Amino acid sequence: MDGNVEDFTETDKSERAANMAEMIKVDCRNIDVFYDDKQAIFDISLAIQDRAVTSFIGPSGCGKSTFLRCMNRMNDTIESAKVTGKIFMDGADINDHSIDPVLLRSRVGMVFQKPNPFPKSIYDNIAYGPRIHGLAGSKSELDEIVESSLRKAGLWDEVKDRLPAPGTGLSGGQQQRLCIARAIAVSPEVILMDEPCSALDPIATARIEELIDELRERYCIVIVTHSMQQAARVSQRTAFFHLGKLVEYGDTERIFTNPEDTRTQDYITGRFG
Amino acid sequence: MLETFGHLPIAWLLFAVLAAAGFVSFFAGRTEAVAVGRGSSERLNSQPNYHGYFVAMATIGPAAIVLGLYALFGETLVRGELAGELPQRIRDLGSLELNQYIDRIAEQSAMRDAGPTGNALFDAATARYTSLLGISRIIAVFLALLAAWAGFFVAKRKLSVNFRARANVENGIKLLLFMCAAIAVFTTIGIVLSLFFEALRFFSRVPFFSFIFGLEWNAQTGADFGAIPLFFGTFMIAFLAMLVAAPIGLLSAIYLSEYASPRFRSIVKPILELLAGIPTVVYGFFALQFVAPLVRSTANWVNGLAFVPDGFLAAQPTSALAAGIVMGIMIIPFVSSLSDDVINAVPQTLRDGAYAMGATKSETVKQVVMPAALPGVIAALLLAVSRAIGETMIVVMAAGQRAQITPDPTADLTTITVQIVALLTGDTEFDSAKTLSAFALGFVLFIVTLIFNLIALRVVQKYREKYE
Repeated sequence: MDGNVEDFTETDKSERAANMAEMIKVDCRNIDVFYDDKQAIFDISLAIQDRAVTSFIGPSGCGKSTFLRCMNRMNDTIESAKVTGKIFMDGADINDHSIDPVLLRSRVGMVFQKPNPFPKSIYDNIAYGPRIHGLAGSKSELDEIVESSLRKAGLWDEVKDRLPAPGTGLSGGQQQRLCIARAIAVSPEVILMDEPCSALDPIATARIEELIDELRERYCIVIVTHSMQQAARVSQRTAFFHLGKLVEYGDTERIFTNPEDTRTQDYITGRFG
Repeated sequence: MLETFGHLPIAWLLFAVLAAAGFVSFFAGRTEAVAVGRGSSERLNSQPNYHGYFVAMATIGPAAIVLGLYALFGETLVRGELAGELPQRIRDLGSLELNQYIDRIAEQSAMRDAGPTGNALFDAATARYTSLLGISRIIAVFLALLAAWAGFFVAKRKLSVNFRARANVENGIKLLLFMCAAIAVFTTIGIVLSLFFEALRFFSRVPFFSFIFGLEWNAQTGADFGAIPLFFGTFMIAFLAMLVAAPIGLLSAIYLSEYASPRFRSIVKPILELLAGIPTVVYGFFALQFVAPLVRSTANWVNGLAFVPDGFLAAQPTSALAAGIVMGIMIIPFVSSLSDDVINAVPQTLRDGAYAMGATKSETVKQVVMPAALPGVIAALLLAVSRAIGETMIVVMAAGQRAQITPDPTADLTTITVQIVALLTGDTEFDSAKTLSAFALGFVLFIVTLIFNLIALRVVQKYREKYE
């Protein structure tokens, strides 16, 4: 897969070469997404760093969630969606025929906008992934995975006494942390978060943001958010999307202090969006 | 007397008069309101049309109530009056026979060209009944017209600039809608009560426990009224039907809602629901002509196998299995359509959650979608069971008449519904234990299906709370 570098222009090459040093986890090239005849994403190329948080910002309907869903092939589950272009994860094309989307999704976890715990116990919610992928050989191993996942998600102390209780009985913020723990339980390499805090109150949001910051040490995290403050707080890299196009991508600090594009400037200063 | 006016039945004439009165009063009210509005510096509270509607309502409403009351209680009053005038020896007969006697008088009176019967007392009573009925009608019509007249004037006097005709019309509409709903409810209550009282009459002849726990059913000879064989047959056939309908219906619902392309679904779902539109008598026909012989020949083939003892299966020309299979086919659309709805109600986010964990489609369906949809699916199955228990035509045609308890599905069994049909068709007198037992069976059937439906509704309600 080393041949990939060839099809880049000179500027791309130098930029990428610089990025390579920081370890690229997911490399998206020339992505177009269509829903039936309507094009939602226009030729987006973007490289995402490992062990860092990358945030996607932009007004509603700009395609940031759609783009996020390309990275674990969730768009496959939508009948009308068609994705073209190439996405490389650790150098391997995830849309290649030899890649099983089901296995891919165990490497790329996802957390959704609305907490969606399964109608099962807290324990079974976490154990679901390890069970279907056969990650635990015994009951005690499974218990260990459940405990460590809940610990990493900062939920263990709150739920350790009621693991058999239904996951839907938790508060909204707890449910979202349960969903994060569920995603962590299959030891993914990348975690995609689609507006994970939009249904939560400020305190629960702060808790999740702390958690994201802790998780950054182990995972490659991509987060879609509507809150620019959140993007500024949690992410190291920020991509600004507008009308299905990638307008600007760079270090979060630079995007928020010194944006190159006037559209980015207008959006982050609240002139539209 | 006073049945017709010229060629027109008097009731029609009355309706025409009331309709005309409604029209006239509407325009009268409207004109009045316009006049009142002109004569005042203030604006009318309600538009003139509403004043018109109000006056029309006040005119027709009371008249309609009077006529409604007459329709409900008029005949009872007349009969009471007649009973009071009959000679003492007839009054001493006791209420049941006295009622039957008056029934015969009413029947005789209603026959237009019936001559005298020769029985002087009966003929005199008939003549008296006819004239009483006529008088009561005249009084009713008079009262109705009076009520309309009074209503019209009272309403018209109320009209003023500040009169809130619009709000009053709203109340009138509310009352009308309430009465329509009340009719449906009271009809249901009436049916249940009549079933209940007829069943009570039956239980005064046959002890309740020997009916509920009796093992022999020979109603045609009026000998044994043990309902257990009928319950057994009913539940056996319902069970066989669910054996067919539950898996096929459920799996096809899963296929349609989770796997099928929208195009395929849009074609197949209506076709599946078409099954529900086939008259049950056609299913019965199919069961009798096609499935029952097939069941029988299969049973005979099994009996012919070397290791099977002789006569192991009954292999009857009509059988519980034939009825059960066809009834199962009939209720597939119930199960599939209702389950499809509940499965679709499971939020997409749950599926996304499972897919994002790397679950395959079938794992998602089995471990996430179905557990979430389970309460609704159970409700769908319970509704299907109560449908199967109450189903009549298929079992009448294909299940047989013999009340027996046997686990052999190729034997002929009979059900509660089949027996009700058998007991009430043909020449029957509504006073023997035989016919009354049909009401008792109907009452028990009603209770059983009611319980199933209540449980189903309860489960569905609980399920709703979870997602909405």
